Amino acid sequence: MHRTVPFWQQALLSALLLGLFLGAWELAAGRGGGGTGVAVDPEYAALLGQAAAQGGQTPFPRPSEIAVRLWELLRDPFYVRGTNDQGIGVQVAYSLLRVAAGFGLAALVAIPLGFLIGMSPLLSGALNPFIQVLRPVSPLAWMPLALFTIKDSAISSIFVIFICSVWPMLLNTAFGVQSVRREWLNVARTLEAGTLRTAFRVILPAAAPTILTGMRISIGIAWLVIVAAEMLVGGTGIGYWVWNQWNNLSLSDIVIAILLIGIVGLLLDRALGAVQRLVAWQD
Amino acid sequence: MQHPYVSFEGVTRAYPGHVVFRDLWFGVNRGEFVCLVGHSGCGKTTVLNILAGLDAPNAGGVIVDGQEISGPSLDRAVIFQGHALMPWMTAEQNVAFALSCRHPGWGKAKLRDAARAALEKVGLGQAADRKPAMLSGGMKQRVGIARALAIEPKMLLMDEPFSALDALTRGALQDEVARLVAEANQTAFMITHDVDEAILLADRILLMTNGPDARCAEVVMNTLPKPRNRATLHKLPGYHALRDHILEFLLTRSRTLAGTRPADWDPKSPPDVRPADAPLPAAAE
Ligand SMILES: Nc1ncnc2c1ncn2[C@@H]1O[C@H](COP(=O)(O)OP(=O)(O)OP(=O)(O)O)[C@@H](O)[C@H]1O
Ligand SMILES: [Mg+2]
Repeated sequence: MHRTVPFWQQALLSALLLGLFLGAWELAAGRGGGGTGVAVDPEYAALLGQAAAQGGQTPFPRPSEIAVRLWELLRDPFYVRGTNDQGIGVQVAYSLLRVAAGFGLAALVAIPLGFLIGMSPLLSGALNPFIQVLRPVSPLAWMPLALFTIKDSAISSIFVIFICSVWPMLLNTAFGVQSVRREWLNVARTLEAGTLRTAFRVILPAAAPTILTGMRISIGIAWLVIVAAEMLVGGTGIGYWVWNQWNNLSLSDIVIAILLIGIVGLLLDRALGAVQRLVAWQD
Repeated sequence: MQHPYVSFEGVTRAYPGHVVFRDLWFGVNRGEFVCLVGHSGCGKTTVLNILAGLDAPNAGGVIVDGQEISGPSLDRAVIFQGHALMPWMTAEQNVAFALSCRHPGWGKAKLRDAARAALEKVGLGQAADRKPAMLSGGMKQRVGIARALAIEPKMLLMDEPFSALDALTRGALQDEVARLVAEANQTAFMITHDVDEAILLADRILLMTNGPDARCAEVVMNTLPKPRNRATLHKLPGYHALRDHILEFLLTRSRTLAGTRPADWDPKSPPDVRPADAPLPAAAE
């Protein structure tokens, strides 16, 4: 049974859980880090570089420390001091730009192609084997090929975003177009509506909610993949920034990055969710 | 004799291993209202879809206005069994969409005004801005009627347009259609299960035997005087004879005649019957 619970109750419980979690974290991290230096495995120290060589001086950060660091980062998120020292806002902007480019290109290809596949059983049958084989490939597996052929790391990561976001949009568009109700098509036919008018006034609006579902899945995957892609190719972006902070062993920054990636992902999903509500229809 | 507006000439429709109907001949004159009555599955929708141009016969052809049809046409508007409105458009946009197909050159304002006027005609002026999900079943079907009439077709095709409605709404819509069709002297072809509906609206009623291999067994001439209305229909002399004749066909003969063809059967002219003209039983003595 699902009863509706007042919003304030949910919010209160959320706040309580968050408080408990942060409190426990604060206590646990405070005890572990404050005491005598922990013995450091020399090999581990070598791996972690100069920070760990100081001998356990980087305990897991406490929430209060992270909050201080967050404040520092957010006070000036868009500074640029040379290529390797840019604000966190700039890094997120780079990632968003790549996602927008790759996702946008994918939409430009996938939606018209999905439309054709949905309208033509021949094309659907002919392309299906390729789609079935290529779709399960991890987008990162394309990275070496992309780097080799494109030779530009920024464009390669855009290509990887393109490849990962094209499939859900393609399949959902084709499915949405295929499932347009026969009676609406018959109405269009008896009105002699013509191919273009039928496509834009009947099929597109009928399939729009399904297409938007595909776009929503795609943008989620794209945002997952961009972090990994930027870790691989380096240079700029929130993924690269995470990797960089790991090399500096600034765990606070990594926790902040995780939080930020989560929030940006949520906002992207919400934005497409709003568009989806706009095109939704109810029978 | 006047040349019929529509004529079915030896139309056969078959699916693999299943003949729906064979060698079907009938005509619909200009300004005439013809109803097709028969049991479920005998092929009524198939007949209507062929006439609409949505389906094609395996043999024979359909001549409309002197020309064999090859596909759907704006001249033959269809009112579908399900209302078939586009749920993402308001009532007005649904009608305007049909109008924009008929008049590609019209601007937005003109389309809107014409759509409004069409909705006013079926009494839906207030609900023009509502989407189908916010309309009752009867209102949706009214929008469907407005959409079909707005494009000023030469002929109106209806596939059990009121079968999904409750009795009261159905009655109101039957009166509405009777009025609109009479006003425009509209040629109409309608499928129905409802004997009273057929008697109220039709000039001629085609009786189809059960499938498979169905045929048009009889053409019932409805000689009851017009205009007819539901309130007084059952008091008209001859009404009961007419009704009994059709019911008797549906209850028994549609089954017993199925699959058989009498030796002297001429598919080109199924017998005309006039049950309403039959002499009254000897009560006057
Ligand atoms: N696509 C198809 N493939 C095979 N058989 C079909 C197909 N479409 C219809 N039929 C058959 O054709 C026959 C007539 O169907 P149709 O829909 O015209 O019946 P109907 O008289 O309109 O019935 P109802 O009163 O239930 O609407 C049925 O027996 C049906 O099984
Ligand atoms: Mg039917």
